[in-house]
Amino acid sequence: MTPSRDLPLAEAFRISLAAPDDFDGWRDAARRMICADVSPDRVTWESPADQSADLFSRGNGRLPSPLVDAPQPRASRDFLQLAQSVILHSDTERFSLLYRTLWRLQSLPRLMEDKADSDVRRMEDFARQVRRDIHKMRAFVRFRILESGTGEHYVAWFEPEHHILRANAGFFTRRFTAMRWSILTPRGTLHWDGEALQEGPPATRADAPSGDPVEALWRGYFASIFNPARLKVGAMLKEMPRKYWKNMPEAALIPDLIAGAQAREAQMVKAGEQSFGERPPNLDAIGAAIQACRRCEIGCNGTRAVMGEGPVAGPLMIVGEQPGDTEEAQGRPFVGPAGQLLRTHLETAGIADNQAYVTNAVKHFKFVAQGKRRLHQTPTAREIDMCRWWLESERMLVQPRLVLALGASAARSLLGKTVSVQKVRGQPHVLDDGSELWITTHPSYLLRLPEQSRAAEEVKFANDLRTVATRLSEL
Amino acid sequence: MQQLSVLERLEILADAAKYDASCASSGTTKRNSTGGKGIGSTEGMGICHAYAPDGRCISLLKILLTNHCVFDCHYCVNRKSSNTRRARFSPQEVVDLTLSFYRRNYIEGLFLSSGIVKSSSHTMEQMIEVARILREEHDFRGYIHLKTIPEADPGLVAQAGLHADRVSINVELPTVAGLTRLAPDKSAPQIEGAMGSLKDAIVEAKDARKRFRHAPKFAPGGQSTQMIVGADAATDADIVGRASTLYDRFSLRRVYYSAFSPIPDASAVLPLKRPPLMREHRLYQSDWLMRFYGYAPHEVQQAAGSDGMLPLDIDPKLAWALRFRGDFPVDVNRAPREKLLRVPGLGVNAVNALIAARRQRRLHLADVGKLTVSIAKMRPFIVTEDWRPVLLADRADLRSLVAPAARGEQLELFA
Repeated sequence: MTPSRDLPLAEAFRISLAAPDDFDGWRDAARRMICADVSPDRVTWESPADQSADLFSRGNGRLPSPLVDAPQPRASRDFLQLAQSVILHSDTERFSLLYRTLWRLQSLPRLMEDKADSDVRRMEDFARQVRRDIHKMRAFVRFRILESGTGEHYVAWFEPEHHILRANAGFFTRRFTAMRWSILTPRGTLHWDGEALQEGPPATRADAPSGDPVEALWRGYFASIFNPARLKVGAMLKEMPRKYWKNMPEAALIPDLIAGAQAREAQMVKAGEQSFGERPPNLDAIGAAIQACRRCEIGCNGTRAVMGEGPVAGPLMIVGEQPGDTEEAQGRPFVGPAGQLLRTHLETAGIADNQAYVTNAVKHFKFVAQGKRRLHQTPTAREIDMCRWWLESERMLVQPRLVLALGASAARSLLGKTVSVQKVRGQPHVLDDGSELWITTHPSYLLRLPEQSRAAEEVKFANDLRTVATRLSEL
Repeated sequence: MQQLSVLERLEILADAAKYDASCASSGTTKRNSTGGKGIGSTEGMGICHAYAPDGRCISLLKILLTNHCVFDCHYCVNRKSSNTRRARFSPQEVVDLTLSFYRRNYIEGLFLSSGIVKSSSHTMEQMIEVARILREEHDFRGYIHLKTIPEADPGLVAQAGLHADRVSINVELPTVAGLTRLAPDKSAPQIEGAMGSLKDAIVEAKDARKRFRHAPKFAPGGQSTQMIVGADAATDADIVGRASTLYDRFSLRRVYYSAFSPIPDASAVLPLKRPPLMREHRLYQSDWLMRFYGYAPHEVQQAAGSDGMLPLDIDPKLAWALRFRGDFPVDVNRAPREKLLRVPGLGVNAVNALIAARRQRRLHLADVGKLTVSIAKMRPFIVTEDWRPVLLADRADLRSLVAPAARGEQLELFA
């Protein structure tokens, strides 16, 4: 390009840059034109990706010669920094926006600080969009492995919105230095062999591998880390717009995850359903209500619920685990073998029948059928916690000064947490209504023990009951 | 029991980890793998590699080493008494998974937490082993966040910080009473003690690096914590107060708020109704007010109503401005920075831009409009060269003029 000698006053210029992100080329040309005092309306810009649509655009690709007394062009550091981002934008107007702002900077040296100026604003907007595109490329590029004779090669297909490929190369080489990788885009390609970076011509999606064995794991992870109870589709779309989805293996799951989310949450809420309503006014009302309770699986197994019995307003409440086979058949608590053992020990300890209200932590009988026999099954913590509401209602009406929990299930129901009976027995615990809780083993545990160890455990059990009897007389 | 496949275990252990809100991968030292044999880089800014439909960023591979747990915390899906399916990974399996995800550019690194098996110290050792293999055997230079177990041996907690970019301990619940009730196996003094020693270790390592260039780094990304919102009776004012104490006492990088959400096989002790997600959002906004906008904790608490709760329909900054109208309008052309930061609708970036622009010329309403999203909502609170809200700021119905148009109640799916 030879500078024209005899410059007509309003000659127009048409500048062709070597590449769409050719900042150096733009800067050289712009500097020449500022020196020649060429106003922005006399310049058109183009690059291989930005062909001027204006068929009648003027100019001939020459650059003007500088004016004799032309001052040095001035550009603030803010401008230069911003301009390097702006030039990567895909908007064809970017070159002339930059030149117009540079032109204005010559008479308004602090223009860049006026963030409310429309040209400055536009530059900031362009730069922000470019930075976002660069960031999204770093985030959303997905490599797929290509096993070849020379080892592993990771290849990605990505479609950036702006001319950012070259500007982003450094990030990938710094991060995946020891890997061999290629990033293919419709605007060009990058290839890294572990030592040097090469640029290549534009590619198509078909040039990249169509799958990767690890993607199944990644999709599984994506679906599992999603919490269906807090759907926020808008927040997702804001940061991960649909245009990126087609090159992200996990995105195909999104519609189904959204569609299933409400059902999954509803199921969780329903499973946790525990609206019991008003507390029953008396023990008879509780006895009637528990027959109809279907809030857990045991409640739904068709057995009869067993209500507690004993003196209302008695000083002592004894809580077992759940009714057994005999109890369920008769509809009364502690009438089976374990109950008999308990009564013998209570008598020995000097606790009269009319002092103790006896009941269970769980009101229904949980069992597995084996032939004609029904074998006891321990209730789960969840079932105990669910049934707790009934026991609480009983305690509010009976108002015992002292509660004796037999076994771990009863202890959990009263304490709200699982404890080891052997560790917590023999000491008082204070319940939130101020009453005292003592914990010991369940008599059926004694019945299950082998002969040799049973005697020792029965002594401990008897001791616990004696302590309770003493406390009862003190309280 | 039949051995579960890697995919099945990944699904179980990711599912179990999703109630930890943090996925940040920012704020650590800058490093890359140039010249090394390893892989990975961190360049200051975190990167979110995907977003789930819950709007949360997926930046790290966030999993538990195992979801077996000897603790029985009611709010937790992995508590001992829960019926959830159990699984575990070996340290090597987590390492392999992390690296194969990292090579494909799915993640920035690893966020490892765990249920407690055998003992707290044993569990902590296993977690540190994962970090050690990644750093020492694979020269992994990506991000590692380790959830520290407060009950573990202090020596192990200190080791965790040598490999991890960030360490965290969850305070779990904003009040001690809530913790006692819902997490019977945890103790508040123990949690705070562990957070205190982490803070000391971080400060000490920073100090040592000022004097000795090769002193080991200790959790350069700092420590964070999380509390559950809506599972106990704590009010927003309580939570804001607690958060600011935590920031002060332990120099935390972040406090995360996690609105309690229904979990499968929930404990009967928990409230069934979840708090509105908006409550969590308002708490984050109040957190921002304290960290970036110069509000003192008691000022944020003033924005809350008499019941101690922040309004759900307007943001806490607007609520504060409506309560303290005497502080407004603020002159955009003259007011100091800290006054401008209190104008509802003006963010930190907008304030910076206004201050730079007003050095050039007097600003008009239209200029402010170019730098902000909605000038209409802001007008009652500012003065510009061509605008002064004469009576507007005294109107009794000001709130309805500036509050977002009512869209009805926040969508309650299962009211």
